[in-house]
Amino acid sequence: MNRRVTSTVRVASTFNDRRMEIVMGRLLQIGVLLASTVVLAGGILYLRGHPGSAVDYRVFIGEPAGLRSPVALLRLLVAGDPTALIEVGVLLLIATPIARVVFAVVAFALERDRLYVAVSLTVLAVLLASLFYSA
Amino acid sequence: MSVLLFTLLVFTGSFGAGLLGALTGLGGGVVLVPLLTVVFHVDIRYAIGASLISVIATSSGAAAAYVREGFSSIRIGMFLEMATTVGAICGAFLATHMPTRALTIIFGLVLLYSAWLSWQQSRHPESTGGAGSPWWDRLRLSGSYPTETGEELAYKVDRIAAGFATMFGAGTLSGLLGIGSGAVKVLAMDQVMRIPFKVSTTTSNFMIGVTAAASAGIYLHRGYVDPGLAFPVMLGVLAGSLLGARLLVRARVSLLRIIFTIVILAMGVEMILNGMRGRI
Repeated sequence: MNRRVTSTVRVASTFNDRRMEIVMGRLLQIGVLLASTVVLAGGILYLRGHPGSAVDYRVFIGEPAGLRSPVALLRLLVAGDPTALIEVGVLLLIATPIARVVFAVVAFALERDRLYVAVSLTVLAVLLASLFYSA
Repeated sequence: MSVLLFTLLVFTGSFGAGLLGALTGLGGGVVLVPLLTVVFHVDIRYAIGASLISVIATSSGAAAAYVREGFSSIRIGMFLEMATTVGAICGAFLATHMPTRALTIIFGLVLLYSAWLSWQQSRHPESTGGAGSPWWDRLRLSGSYPTETGEELAYKVDRIAAGFATMFGAGTLSGLLGIGSGAVKVLAMDQVMRIPFKVSTTTSNFMIGVTAAASAGIYLHRGYVDPGLAFPVMLGVLAGSLLGARLLVRARVSLLRIIFTIVILAMGVEMILNGMRGRI
């Protein structure tokens, strides 16, 4: 970082924003890679389990309760259910953009940008509310 | 149809949707849901659940490449995500309370609109930043981006309230139909707020993932995300879109765009007719 910052604070802050975005890009990539690997592993196990049985998605019945909440999901996972493993991958994937927002809160705090700490926290609160609110 | 065959066919179809979506810049979700409902006869609720998951995957998977270009603005993105995430929750709630026939018709209309947008895009005037609203300085939304000559070009942001409202609409659409609604997000930034096109498109990509994550939780609780369907859809769209992003430099996009426009036009008409006849 031996680049000379010639003008105002704004130049310095955009430079920090840039670094923040590079870390975020990596974070998202790792998250997707991890989630895809878990989904792929679960998917292969699922296909090996019943490759010949018929499939029908014409009628919507909703997923069983075990796949809808993290605690019940864990129980199914321990029982060795491959669909539970796919669902864990899906949860990891959903967590990826949320992790990005968490990182933004920290990064803006490091930049001492209170306004954007508040903005990021608001987005985070909305995301968490949607995840934990079960109707 | 057996599980293995169904999975392989859905994977192939999703791969194609992701590829076309990346090449044309319209995203995979907009072809994926009609593909699943019209061709594979999947209930639209399962289709939008699987599509939404693939939307998060593509948005996050492409992020690192977009960051490298240096156009995206984290501040504009985060600020507008306040509108898109709340919109997404409203959309997901609407989706769970709306009859599937109505959902199908709305989706068809969005497809027709996307076809029209795609047709228009070739004659798109480049915006280079607005006059600046009195709020832009206080909200620190102005920024700069590198041009081809290597110099930094500064821009200001205009009509923040109107942009914010449009973003709420984009979020609602995303939550309602399980699509990224990147086209509406770009519209809000580029046309309404007068943010330069390259900044708009790259920033929109980041916003898509966060927006989709907001409605994904509700879909999950409601049992819309089926593992057996989400698995080939997510991996297919992701692989297709990553390949599409690589091919983008060499591909003849103009011809592809015409094909894509015709495909979504046909699917839009089909969905509207199916919705009206109640065959979904």
